[in-house]
Amino acid sequence: MDNKLEKIVQVMQEQFGSTLEEFRGEVHVFVKPEQIVEALTLLRDKYEFELLSAMTASDYWPQASPRFHVVYQLSSLAKNITLQLRVPVNGDQPRVPTATRVYEVANWRERELLDMFGIEFEGHPDPRRILMPEGTEGHPLRKDFPLGYEEPQFTFNFEEIDLRKPYAKE
Amino acid sequence: MAQLEEVKIDLYKHLVSERALNGETMLLNMGPQHPSTHGVLRLLLELDGEMIINAVPDIGYLHTGIEKNMEAKTYLKAEVMTDRLDYMNTVGNNLAYCMAVEKLVDLDVPERAQAIRVILTELQRIASHLVWIGTFGLDLAAMSMFLYAFREREIILDILELCSGQRMMTTFIRPGGLWRDVPVEFETAVRDFIKMFNKRIDEYEALLTKNPLFLDRLLGIGKLDAATALQHGVTGPMLRASGVSWDLRKARPYMGYEQYDFNVPVATEGDTYARYVVRVQEFRESLKIVEQALNKLPMGPVRSDNRKFVPPPRSEIGVSMEALIHHFKLWTEGFPAPKASVYSAVESPRGELGVYLEGDGGPKPHRVHWRTPSFDNLSVLPKIVKGHLVADLVAILASTDIVLGDIDR
Repeated sequence: MDNKLEKIVQVMQEQFGSTLEEFRGEVHVFVKPEQIVEALTLLRDKYEFELLSAMTASDYWPQASPRFHVVYQLSSLAKNITLQLRVPVNGDQPRVPTATRVYEVANWRERELLDMFGIEFEGHPDPRRILMPEGTEGHPLRKDFPLGYEEPQFTFNFEEIDLRKPYAKE
Repeated sequence: MAQLEEVKIDLYKHLVSERALNGETMLLNMGPQHPSTHGVLRLLLELDGEMIINAVPDIGYLHTGIEKNMEAKTYLKAEVMTDRLDYMNTVGNNLAYCMAVEKLVDLDVPERAQAIRVILTELQRIASHLVWIGTFGLDLAAMSMFLYAFREREIILDILELCSGQRMMTTFIRPGGLWRDVPVEFETAVRDFIKMFNKRIDEYEALLTKNPLFLDRLLGIGKLDAATALQHGVTGPMLRASGVSWDLRKARPYMGYEQYDFNVPVATEGDTYARYVVRVQEFRESLKIVEQALNKLPMGPVRSDNRKFVPPPRSEIGVSMEALIHHFKLWTEGFPAPKASVYSAVESPRGELGVYLEGDGGPKPHRVHWRTPSFDNLSVLPKIVKGHLVADLVAILASTDIVLGDIDR
């Protein structure tokens, strides 16, 4: 891990009790939903992470708790380092405080997550769908949303595909 | 399709000012079939006379669900969709995706493949900027610019066709290298282009850079300062025109960009003209990179010989049993990737093109997210058009160089 990053991660661990994950030189820091605004503010103001590069989510259905991870990919132009924050969110009524007041780019990105995953961002100034038309039912990028055709089942993935088929289970 | 609910005014009321609600200002739809919105973008404008008070972009008309579709395909088969995202930067999308896959499964790329990747993506950057300068001129009533730019772009598309057989949707870059080596005519074709294009940039500049009509339309229009740009996640030439020297090719070199000598053009004004100046200089820098890469193009293989991830060459399949097995396994089941996630980004003609790729231990991605530069570059538009005339909106929108396929995914 980069020296500059190591110090920041240490502070994150002490202040937020975060856990850590490292893969191929990338550092992922886990933060609780209620801490995220504070964590982003700290990183922006004190450690010069000026850019929220990307914001996305991942669905781990059928696992219910946590079902989603909301991912914040941060970049620091001054120090040339990156850091990823991950926020685990539960499946029933997923809610995260909005980051629009820290990074304005989060406005559209959060609308996209609301649209695609149904994750609600508390205090968002403009909570509308962004890509799908108004009145769409469901959230397309959730794993229990069917793609629109039947997937071929093989012996090695029979049960896995059976599980996400939309027909009524016995 | 669900039944459309009645339009609730409360949901939209906050987007416009109070004056619009009592009819003092006018609400006007621009697009989604307007020629200067560069695709299917709808802008809801609130106008006071001809002055813009509010602009609300409405996107999603070109949403094709590529992220969802990629989850249902193996890593190799999902790649053909990447061309369809940003259709002005097809090779660059392939590169971004392949770099993410290579990072996820830890795959090396031979040096020759890296150099060819650089040449092709830089040529693609020139082609993309040519479309931009052409449509930019067209929107500002310099019709001939459009014809000149598309004449030169055709030569680049011919080079891509020479390599891959396809003009636009090439899928030439593959995880672990390239689909195949470039043909012998490649070098002369690129060298001819470099020789010809250097002069053509001078011609473009003679036509536009000091043109008084052009300056009148652009200077001081659509100012964007660096702090606002960063807040809105703006990257690429738009950010560099606001005075921030940030280019991923320099900051986090990939594919051997560190061995090439090139500058990052920066302008400080942040207006529409500055964005024009930065992109025109990028023509020259890209050309420099192509020339250097071509001069020291190393010999050797163009794809990794790690058969667990990269299909064997066609010639081996007839003679080697193992090659046949690998070929069969890779194109039916695919290769497994670890249960982990990576984020890898490249500098596309429009800014930081990032891919968030997550594997689940199986042959298909668990989640692919495209961090597309046009999406964030458009989100700043309402801020920079406020107080300008409708005619200036056309110039500002053209200078942001958005591609709707890139925004809606």
